[in-house]
Amino acid sequence: MIQFQNVTKQYPTGNTALDDVTFTIDRGEFVFVVGPSGSGKTTLFRLLIRDAVPSSGSIHIGDWDLVNLPKNKIHELRKNIGVVFQDLKLLRDRTIYENIMFPLEVGDIDSQEARDRVEQIIERVGIAEHRDKFPVQLSGGELQRAAIARALAFSPEIILADEPTGNLDNATSWEIIKLLQDINASGTTIVMATHNADIVNSLRNRTLVIEKGKLTKDQHGKHKKAEHKTQDEGN
Amino acid sequence: MKATKTTLQHIRRSPYQSLAAVSIMMLTFLAITVFAFIVFGSSAVINFFESKPQVTAFFKNEATQQNIDDLRHQLDQTGMISSSKFVSKEQALEIYKAQNKNDPLLLDLVTADILPASLEISTTQIEDLGPVSEILQKSPYVSEVVYQKDIVSTLTKWTNALRIIGVILIVVLTGVSIFIMMTVIGFKVSQKREEIEIMKLLSATNWYIRWPFMLEGILYGAVGTVVGWIIATGGLLYFSPYLQSFLSGIPIFPVSPIFFIAILVGELVLAILLGVLASSLAVLRYLK
Repeated sequence: MIQFQNVTKQYPTGNTALDDVTFTIDRGEFVFVVGPSGSGKTTLFRLLIRDAVPSSGSIHIGDWDLVNLPKNKIHELRKNIGVVFQDLKLLRDRTIYENIMFPLEVGDIDSQEARDRVEQIIERVGIAEHRDKFPVQLSGGELQRAAIARALAFSPEIILADEPTGNLDNATSWEIIKLLQDINASGTTIVMATHNADIVNSLRNRTLVIEKGKLTKDQHGKHKKAEHKTQDEGN
Repeated sequence: MKATKTTLQHIRRSPYQSLAAVSIMMLTFLAITVFAFIVFGSSAVINFFESKPQVTAFFKNEATQQNIDDLRHQLDQTGMISSSKFVSKEQALEIYKAQNKNDPLLLDLVTADILPASLEISTTQIEDLGPVSEILQKSPYVSEVVYQKDIVSTLTKWTNALRIIGVILIVVLTGVSIFIMMTVIGFKVSQKREEIEIMKLLSATNWYIRWPFMLEGILYGAVGTVVGWIIATGGLLYFSPYLQSFLSGIPIFPVSPIFFIAILVGELVLAILLGVLASSLAVLRYLK
């Protein structure tokens, strides 16, 4: 599903964010990416959504060759990957419902279909009662759920979650993990960057350890890959 | 539809900036319309004079009827004359009285004695005006010869000067309106920078982001043009009776509605191009 082959990313400042990283993630896996701040986790995510291009190496997601992907195809790629950003990137002047609807509007989805889909997602992530609130009115955990809901809008095959439990208390963190596990159980591949050792140790999923841009450990866990299901089955 | 909705939202949320953009476009197109009227109007006046080759000779007081008849006969023999009309001192006074009937002071001051008798001669071709006026000037009884070549060349000089001033004014106003529209739209783009960044990360194409801003530019241009055109056209129609009496005899009025519509259509095309240009330049920085 996701193939990183000898990927190096060097920024114009000379800083090497990733250094000769190689790994493969199969469909339906739930993989943790761990490492200290500045180790290259966010760069890895940026490379996966073609927000950055590697200095060398190759990246493939399914049939997509990300290095040679023409600019006018980037938006197509991004429809297949849901992202929960570290800073959430929810629009402050839109309600939760409008935020979740936003990618579907952008993606030019038929408005009735989009409304149905948002209704389903909003129920699934458990924030139906907050649909008409603005981001500033929600707690950290609720905002995370809203961000996850938006990532689910296109029913993507992959979800990238960048530190989704970063600012949450322990109980709320586990709620978010549970939600991601549910999504994974429906066949969606999940790649989650985290600092939370407690979660990583408890779940014992496959874990990629990145330190100073190098992949220092690829620890296969006990987690079984989820069967890929169709969207309807997943919901 | 979504782009139109977004555009209207942009305008609603910052109405004064939108008003500034529309106002400058309105001024630009008001100037363009007024100059279009002047250029087309003066061309019509010049054409009128060019199509009527005429020369007028004013006689000295000592000229007798016999002298004048001899001169008419001499001119008829050239074969260049299509018609000629003698205006005596008394007839000149009548014409003068008719032109100034509302101003008794002017009427009291003038008598038939101080007005010269004249001969209005039409030639079949405009080129014949030169030789005919030469014959008239050689006559010892003629004090002054006026022919339309002078009027036409004076008018052409004025029209050209007006055209140059008009073109400069329009170029300056167009430049200013592009800059103001760029600033207004650029400001809105920068206000929405975060949203644009998120849109891109959430699979929006550049055109999806660009369209509402482009439409905004087009809308400013179109609304400004229509308002400017209405003011200029309304002004021309309002002043038509005065202009008609001032330009009496020259068949310009009534102006055809097709002329007004053609100007509006031409201006709308120009306005849309300006709107697209200004908004494209404004968005370019953020959507490379």
